[in-house]
Amino acid sequence: MGRVYFDNNATTPVLAEVFDTMRPYLGEHFGNASSIHHHGQETRAAVERARESIAELLGCRASEIVFTSGGTEADNLAIFGLAAARDHVISSTIEHHAVLNSCKHLECLGCDITYVPVDGRGQVDPDDVRRALRPKTKLITLMMANNETGVLQPVEEIGKIAAEADVYFHTDAVQAAGKVPISVKKIECDLLSISGHKMHALQGVGALYVRKGTLLQPMLYGGSHERSRRAGTENVPGIVALGKAAELARQGFENGGDAVMSALRDRLQESLLEHVDATGVNGDGAPRVPNTTNIYFDHIEGEALVIALDLKGLAVSTGAACSSGAIEPSHVLTAMGLRPDRARASIRFSLGKQNTSQEVAFALSLVPETVSRLRELSPVYHKQAVSN
Amino acid sequence: MLGAKRQMLNTKTIAVAMSGGVDSSTVAAMLRAEGHNVVGLTMQLWNQRRLAGHSGMPEAVQGRCCSLDDVYDARRVAETIGIPYYVVNHQERFERDVVRPFVEEYLSGRTPIPCSLCNNHLKFDQLLMVARQIGADLLATGHYARVEYDESRGRWLLKRPTDLSKDQTYFLFGLTQEQLSSTLFPLGEMKKPEVRELARKSGLALAEKPDSQEICFVPGGDYKRFLDAYLAEEGDSLPDTSGELVTTSGEAIGQHSGIHNFTVGQRKGLGVATGSPLYVIQIKGDSRQVVVGPSEELYSHTLRARNVNLIAVDDLRERMRVAVKIRHRHEPAPALIESTSADEVLVTFDQPQRAVTPGQAAVFYEGDVVVGGGWIQ
Repeated sequence: MGRVYFDNNATTPVLAEVFDTMRPYLGEHFGNASSIHHHGQETRAAVERARESIAELLGCRASEIVFTSGGTEADNLAIFGLAAARDHVISSTIEHHAVLNSCKHLECLGCDITYVPVDGRGQVDPDDVRRALRPKTKLITLMMANNETGVLQPVEEIGKIAAEADVYFHTDAVQAAGKVPISVKKIECDLLSISGHKMHALQGVGALYVRKGTLLQPMLYGGSHERSRRAGTENVPGIVALGKAAELARQGFENGGDAVMSALRDRLQESLLEHVDATGVNGDGAPRVPNTTNIYFDHIEGEALVIALDLKGLAVSTGAACSSGAIEPSHVLTAMGLRPDRARASIRFSLGKQNTSQEVAFALSLVPETVSRLRELSPVYHKQAVSN
Repeated sequence: MLGAKRQMLNTKTIAVAMSGGVDSSTVAAMLRAEGHNVVGLTMQLWNQRRLAGHSGMPEAVQGRCCSLDDVYDARRVAETIGIPYYVVNHQERFERDVVRPFVEEYLSGRTPIPCSLCNNHLKFDQLLMVARQIGADLLATGHYARVEYDESRGRWLLKRPTDLSKDQTYFLFGLTQEQLSSTLFPLGEMKKPEVRELARKSGLALAEKPDSQEICFVPGGDYKRFLDAYLAEEGDSLPDTSGELVTTSGEAIGQHSGIHNFTVGQRKGLGVATGSPLYVIQIKGDSRQVVVGPSEELYSHTLRARNVNLIAVDDLRERMRVAVKIRHRHEPAPALIESTSADEVLVTFDQPQRAVTPGQAAVFYEGDVVVGGGWIQ
C-alpha cells in the first residue's frame, strides 16, 4: 500500500467529480462574474448555482450565503462584523484558533469575552452559556464540531438560549459541514461558517451564512460584491467546487454515507483499543462527527508517533502545528482536563470520503507495532513498568 | 571519506539534526548522496518572539537555532536533497534543562555554557530518542569532532576534528558511551571551506550563509538583557546581587551592581579607578563579593572539576598526564588529573592558567582524544 491519508480534518483531497465540475472555470469559463458581457454572465450563473447548492445544504436562502476565502475569513467576518468595543461575547475554550484568536483580538479592542469551559468529554454545557449572558452580550460564537476530537456541541440548545436572550449566535461549522446534516433553522443561528477544503472542495474558499436582516460590518472595502458584505472578485473555480461538494454532501446523507463513514471509523477505533493497551478515546461518550477519533496512547510522545507513521506511509496528526511546524500541546485536550503527558500522547485519525476499509486495515497493521516500539524506547514507560 | 560506522549501515536510516546552518545541511546532503535513508529533524527549542518587547529586548529578534528563518532554510535543504523533514518540539525540556540553569548560574556568580547542556540534555538525549523511535539507527550532526571505536580499549572515543580551528569537542565532553555509539559526526575530517564547497556542489541555497557564534536563545549575545527580560516575564525582577568589590587581601574598595554582571578575567566595567589595571579574580556567590586584583593574581595552578564524565577510560585509577582546556577558545594546557572522589577530579597544571572560570568546563585531552571533562567549581 502506498500512502494512506487519515488527516482529513486538516484538509481533504478534491473529489474527482468536484474537480471535473470546476475544471472549465480554470480554462474556457474565465469571466469576471461582475462583468456584463457573455463571459461574466457565464461565471455569474455558475456562482449563483453554487450559492443555491450551499443554501440547500444548510437549509437557508441563497441570498443568505456570502462567499469568503475560507473558514478563517468567515469566522472573522462573523465576529468582527458584529462585535465592537465594550460588547460582551461568549465563546468556548475549545474553539479553533480562527475564533479563539479573533476573540483575543476583541479583548484588545475593549470587548469582554467569556470562554465557557467543556466537560471531560469535550462538550460545552448550555447552562454555562446561559449563565454567562449579560445585558451587554452581543454575540455567542461556539463551534458545531471540534476539529481535534470531532465532538459535537449542543448548538441547538445554545441557539435557543441566544434567541430567547436576543443575542446573535455564530457557529463555526467548518468541521461539521459535509459530515453531519446541518439546518440553520434548527440551530437557530444567525451566522455559520463553512470551509471548502474540509469537505472535498478547494483550499482558499469558504462561505458564511448570514441570516437575512443581520447587519454585518464588512472587513474588506472595495466593490459591491456579495451584496456589499465581502468585497473582491469572486473565486469562481473555488466557489464552483464548493457548490459541487455541497451537492455531493447532500446526496451522501440521502444515501447513508455518514453511516458508512462511522462504521469505518468505529472499526479503526475499536481495533486500536483492543490491540494496544493503555489507550482510550478522547471525547468518548459524547456525540461526534462520524469521521474523527482522537486516541491517547499512554507513555508515548504523539509527535514521534506521527513522524514514525508518516515514514511508513500513514498520515495522521496531533495537536496543532505552530509556525515552525513543530507540534504544540493541544488547547482542546488540555481544556478537557487531560494530563499534559496524556494530551501529548494523543493522536487524531480523521477519515474522508476517499478512504477504504483496506486503508483502515493498513493502519491497523501499522499502529500497534509502532506504538510498542515507541514504548520500548521510552524511559517513562520503563519506569512505569518497574513501578507497577 | 566514509566512516566505518556509516559503511556498515549503508542501507539503514540516519536522522540528521538540522539547524538550518551550512554544516548540518551539508551533512544531510552528504549522507543522502552516499545512499543512506536520511530523515531531517529540527528541534524547536525556544520561541524567539517570547521575550520580544520585554524590558529592553528588541521587538523583532534574530536568534540562531530556533528562528523561523532557520527552520525555513532547513526545510528548503530537505526539499532540495529529497529527504523527509520534521520539526520536533522540545521547548519545555530546553527551558528546564538549559535556560533555567543558565539563568541560575549567572545569578550565583558563575559563567555557564548552555551549548554543553543542550548537547547533553537535548541533542544527544531527547533528539536521539526521537531518532530511534522513528526508526533511525544513528543520529548525525554537523559538529566538528570525530567518533571512533577503539577495539583495544573496548570504548567509543571522541576525538578532535581535522580542522582544529572549528573543534567543538569542548562542548561534547558529556557524551556517554551509549550516545557516542549512536552518533555520527561526518564533518570530523573536513575543513570548513570544503564543507561550503560541498554545500555549493549539492545545490544548497544556503552555502554562503554566515557562521553563527552566539548563544541561540540570547539575541545579539546580550545575556544581561536576556536575564532581565526572562525574569520579568516570570513575574520576578532581577534579584539584587549587588555587593562589595574587594581586593584579594579582603579590603573593600567599592560597590558593584550585581554579580551576574561579572565574569572572571573581566577588566572593563569595574567602576573603580586605580593606578594599575584591575581584573575580576573571583566571584563569591554567597557573600555577593567580587574579588579584584592585578593580572598576576588571575593565574591558578589547580582547579576542581565536578560531575565528571569520562569517555576514553572507564575510571581514573591513577594520576594521568593530559592537556586541559578550560574555555572554548583556550589552547589545552599540560596538566595532571587525579580523581578525588566519585565524580570530582583535581587538575594540576604544569604552568598556572589565566582566568579559571567557575561554570565553564574543563575538558581533558590526550593528544586528539577526549579523555573526559567536568564542570569547573
